[in-house]
Amino acid sequence: MNNNYTELKRSAANIRKMVLEATCNAKSGHPGGSLSSADILAYLFMSEMNIDPKNPQNPDRDRFVLSKGHASPALYGALAERGFIPKEDIKTFRNAESYLQGHPDMKGVSGVDMSTGSLGQGISAACGMALAGKLNKKDYRVYSIIGDGECEEGQVWEAAMFAAHYKLDNLTVFLDFNNLQIDGNIRDVMNPTPFDKKFEAFNWNVLTIDGHDFEEIEAAVEKAKETKGMPTIIIANTIKGKGVSFMENQCSWHGSAPSVEQCEIGTRELDEYINSLGGAL
Amino acid sequence: MYKIGEKIATREAYGAALAEFGRDERIIVLDADLSKSTKTDCFKKAYPERFINAGIAEGNMLSVAAGMSTCGNIVFASSFAMFASGRAFEQIRNSVGYPCLNVKIGATHAGISVGEDGATHQCLEDIGIMRTIPNMTIINPADATEARLAVKAAIEHQGPVYLRFGRLAVPTVFDENYKFEIGKGVELESGTDLTIIATGLMVPYALEARTVLAELGISARVINMPTIKPIDKKIIIKAAKETGAIVTAEEHNIIGGLGSAVAEVLSENAPVPMARVGTQDVFGRSGTPQKLFEIYGLDTKTIVEKAKEVLAKK
Ligand SMILES: Cc1ncc(C[n+]2csc(CCOP(=O)(O)OP(=O)(O)O)c2C)c(N)n1
Ligand SMILES: [Mg+2]
Repeated sequence: MNNNYTELKRSAANIRKMVLEATCNAKSGHPGGSLSSADILAYLFMSEMNIDPKNPQNPDRDRFVLSKGHASPALYGALAERGFIPKEDIKTFRNAESYLQGHPDMKGVSGVDMSTGSLGQGISAACGMALAGKLNKKDYRVYSIIGDGECEEGQVWEAAMFAAHYKLDNLTVFLDFNNLQIDGNIRDVMNPTPFDKKFEAFNWNVLTIDGHDFEEIEAAVEKAKETKGMPTIIIANTIKGKGVSFMENQCSWHGSAPSVEQCEIGTRELDEYINSLGGAL
Repeated sequence: MYKIGEKIATREAYGAALAEFGRDERIIVLDADLSKSTKTDCFKKAYPERFINAGIAEGNMLSVAAGMSTCGNIVFASSFAMFASGRAFEQIRNSVGYPCLNVKIGATHAGISVGEDGATHQCLEDIGIMRTIPNMTIINPADATEARLAVKAAIEHQGPVYLRFGRLAVPTVFDENYKFEIGKGVELESGTDLTIIATGLMVPYALEARTVLAELGISARVINMPTIKPIDKKIIIKAAKETGAIVTAEEHNIIGGLGSAVAEVLSENAPVPMARVGTQDVFGRSGTPQKLFEIYGLDTKTIVEKAKEVLAKK
């Protein structure tokens, strides 16, 4: 990518705006962890993954599993930004008439590869897709995002053991290290750190980056693709609520929706940011 | 305590009851990163030293609860019904049920009334899977008054109890004179043509259905069935013999829950026409609770329809 990642920054900001729009209209949902994952999702869906909105079921496509399924607004935002679903539908999030369920539903949404929402299970499903890729002699890659709180689930470590054991080098997992879960800081609730040493001990290729820096995201994904014989975990240092000033680093925005007024303020901030990026595409 | 008609979620009453009865120093409350939602944070505020956050690790939490209970403690383990009964099923079965330990599972956000979070969080099978575990007692309170009494009864009961609470604010139907006893159904209204047996938040709908049916000249008995296991066989058989038709109503899959429990009793003891109101073996979806009740037929209208159906079969 030989621009200043301007397009990606714009896409990420658009995804963030859709996170606000979705949760505000639904009067529920999870903005905090959606905003912390937005840059990673923008990179994967807008730049990295071999996917095609016109052929969403292509057996050779790259796969994505949002293991922290409550960040669905960001995933739907990325799918809308990439053209899988209409942007107008974002406002129907969590509505009884809508296909945009509170947590991702692979049967209902084009571009969603796995139904998630129960923490710990998505990363295992991603392992399954990666192993199937090996057995079926496919070249696709599998990406997943897990939460730092989610890593308290034992299943995450069962998956970690599995992925290394079967040398799933076609699997790249992002750990959204935003330091917060629902009841507080992860270190106060049930300390799952250090992540790097744990994944190293589980025989993973471990990379640590700033999860809001596209250059670092890109470099890490490239390194993961070059790494043979082991899966890669990209520990992405992030800010929960990133991009909306009053939501940043606030536990309370994990699972509560912005009011119309708050949505407007946040959207304005993001619009100003988009304008500051300058130059039309 | 709670005023009739006052709308309050049973999970609120759960948290308040833990704080109220928490003076008993044997009581320990565990939660899995959901204390603000399950309302165990009320207990945490009152007795911080006896509140333990197990993190997002429900399976571990249930076996830890089992271990603590062997040391003489009365241990409440809380999470959403989906993760408490689902993720930790086998731990409950083998570490709690089999040794018959004094663990109380405080499962909140049960049923479709979870609403917008959608199918992954709408637990409609917990009564069914908990019912298959020997030694397990299952209580599904209808309102805040009953929830409070259920917590008290669970503390006094020796052995595992699954307490099922809701997220949604529901009308209080019982006042301070209401008597709750584990294993006992309660006849709320008399009737001769059929009996509606309801549990949880379906109880007010059952009462409403009775009024609608009365206008049609049909006399419906209404029974509240807070304990799904052990089920009150006597009150069911009596209702079958005296009214000759039964409709059950629950916020649960019709497979495995109250409807199944009642059908088992009826078919072995007093077969009569019956119908089950509940979700019809389908997953839920996102939406407001009211909208979902309509879509999935958890309402007065459906109870009335089913009542007419069973009457026609009599
Ligand atoms: C098995 C399971 N247990 C509990 C929950 C409820 N829950 C939803 S999000 C969440 C906290 C997640 O924290 P983290 O993984 O750090 O997510 P993030 O900060 O990225 O939003 C919890 C406990 C769940 N969805 N699944
Ligand atoms: Mg987190």
